[in-house]
Amino acid sequence: MSRSTLLRHLVVTVACGVLLFGLTYALDPFRDYQLATAAAYLCATAGLTLLAGQSGQLSLGQGALMAVGGYTVALVQNQFGAHNVTTQWALLGSLVAAICVASVAGAVIGVAAARLRGPYLAGLTLVVAVAVPSIGTLWHSLLHGDQGLSVYLLPAPASLGETFPLERWQAWLAVIAALLTMLALGNLSSGRFGRTMRAVRDDEIAAKLAGINVAGTQVTAFVVSAACAGLGGGMLAVLAQSVSPGAYAFTLSLNLLLAVVVGGLGSLTGAVWGSVLLVLLPWLADDLTNSLIHSPAAQQRLAGNLSLAIFGLLLVIVMIAAPGGIQGLLNRAGRRVRGRRERVAAYRAEPSAPDAQPHAPAASRTSIPNP
Amino acid sequence: MDMAQAQGTQRPETAPDPALALRGISVRFGGLTALDDVSLQVPEGGTVGIIGPNGAGKTTLFNVICGFVRPDAGTISWEGRELRPRPHRLVRLGIARTLQGIGLFPGLTVLENVMAGAGDRKKIGFGSSLIALPRSDRAERELRGTAMARLDEFKIAEYAGRKPDDLPYPVRKKVALARALVAQPRLLLLDEPAGGLGSDDIEELAALIRSLPRRRGGGATVMLVEHHMDLVMEVCQQVVVLDFGRVIATGTPEQIKDDPAVAEAYLGSAATEGDQPRDGAADGGPA
Repeated sequence: MSRSTLLRHLVVTVACGVLLFGLTYALDPFRDYQLATAAAYLCATAGLTLLAGQSGQLSLGQGALMAVGGYTVALVQNQFGAHNVTTQWALLGSLVAAICVASVAGAVIGVAAARLRGPYLAGLTLVVAVAVPSIGTLWHSLLHGDQGLSVYLLPAPASLGETFPLERWQAWLAVIAALLTMLALGNLSSGRFGRTMRAVRDDEIAAKLAGINVAGTQVTAFVVSAACAGLGGGMLAVLAQSVSPGAYAFTLSLNLLLAVVVGGLGSLTGAVWGSVLLVLLPWLADDLTNSLIHSPAAQQRLAGNLSLAIFGLLLVIVMIAAPGGIQGLLNRAGRRVRGRRERVAAYRAEPSAPDAQPHAPAASRTSIPNP
Repeated sequence: MDMAQAQGTQRPETAPDPALALRGISVRFGGLTALDDVSLQVPEGGTVGIIGPNGAGKTTLFNVICGFVRPDAGTISWEGRELRPRPHRLVRLGIARTLQGIGLFPGLTVLENVMAGAGDRKKIGFGSSLIALPRSDRAERELRGTAMARLDEFKIAEYAGRKPDDLPYPVRKKVALARALVAQPRLLLLDEPAGGLGSDDIEELAALIRSLPRRRGGGATVMLVEHHMDLVMEVCQQVVVLDFGRVIATGTPEQIKDDPAVAEAYLGSAATEGDQPRDGAADGGPA
């Protein structure tokens, strides 16, 4: 193991990048699109798992922050379109704008959130999640209400060949965004900031006495997660090439939270499992209904709903059987394999990223403290 | 040094160099007066014990020094400057406090708990930890080394990777103390350090507290609130007795032992009106 956190995390990131790059060639366009969607979700879920699991602030409003990112990308991209900008780098500008605008929104919510605890914070963010999508209707002339906006997107670069599927290009973009998010969040949570967040989550009074600025830490965590949600929402807009209030409805916020909890609250790797489930479950559920039920009317009734039911059921099972989520189960299994002694020895030498090591940030406890 | 201290405490006004001085501190919670015109001085390198019956205002006094409670009247000075305490700035000012009970972070390992105690002393910018620059790595390694040294000192290094909730109570107490010491405070406030400990552990604790002012790399002045009278008498050079929010006695442990007012406060007595003359002074300060 390298002594440099950055180097260690970069190696993992690049390895995942190479793997996923190869995967996009192995998959057909539909699967590539699913991969891209999971990657876009991952940006948001990774930020949320950091916020809820490590800083102890429960947010039901991440979907709304994704909407902020999505609409920002739509507006900026369409400006580029109107001015005939033909460089692919323009998209980078839109995404950075999405991150910035979502961060500002997150800072505003975060300042209020730092004064609220537990259910009150959940209530505030719930209001945000419900209210923000309706802004689209409020400014109808700019945002086109329920109908939403289409997003100007250049086709894949010509140098990739004429038959290069757009979905694969989108998967590349989304995977890069997700990997960069994971890299940044991995660095943050394995260093001093991560420890500070977890200290604030566990005991605010003791944290203050340890010299930690509690409110500052909470707001920072909120801004970080908002930036991630903004990027994820912007990426979703790029994938769908449209934005509408319906795409960022309240169920999205709930789904993100479900994904994070099922994956393992507070664990970045858990956010990966959660995001994959968010994409795979609806698709598997539809497949299941189509193969088991032959009446078209019943199929229609179940479409989209069965996956929600399965997700809810999964959540209940996870809470009862494995409160640490999928990643908690994997950690436990891994620990059993490696054995105790080796862990203690390794720990004294070099504790590494909180995800991979036995001192996972309270992934095995219910991590939303109730003050 | 101990002799100089003992002489100084007889007349606190002439004490050479008080590190911490409280003047006329009053705290009222609604109609209840928690602290009433409390003045006391903690000489540098000294060990001062605050004792008193339950509800005497001992913990409130600590909360005032830490900024959790704002006094209605009175001033605090620390190292010659006026102190307007805010909890999260204390570590930077060289003041650390342990909590009644334990107050460890249950989701952090023992080592991380101790590391967290250093606060923001070594400022690592948000940006450099976002991209994990080598210098944030280096600062972390340094801090980990310091924290590990504290654990070694207290002979609890073997628990470094464990979560505090799994550990025996005395070990947790030590972790809390190690966390308070990792930032090398010049003033250490101990809130009931012996609470819940057995007599062997208290012996060890007493030796440790006595060694604090002479620690290598900067000794600490100690102020402790404690119910365990043997410990207080053993480690403190000066004892302040609070009762119903007022200082009823100040002196060396020997003086306190023989003070009739102290015996009264602890054992109860018919003569509860004995300290009436102090009432006037309590209302003197501006609210």
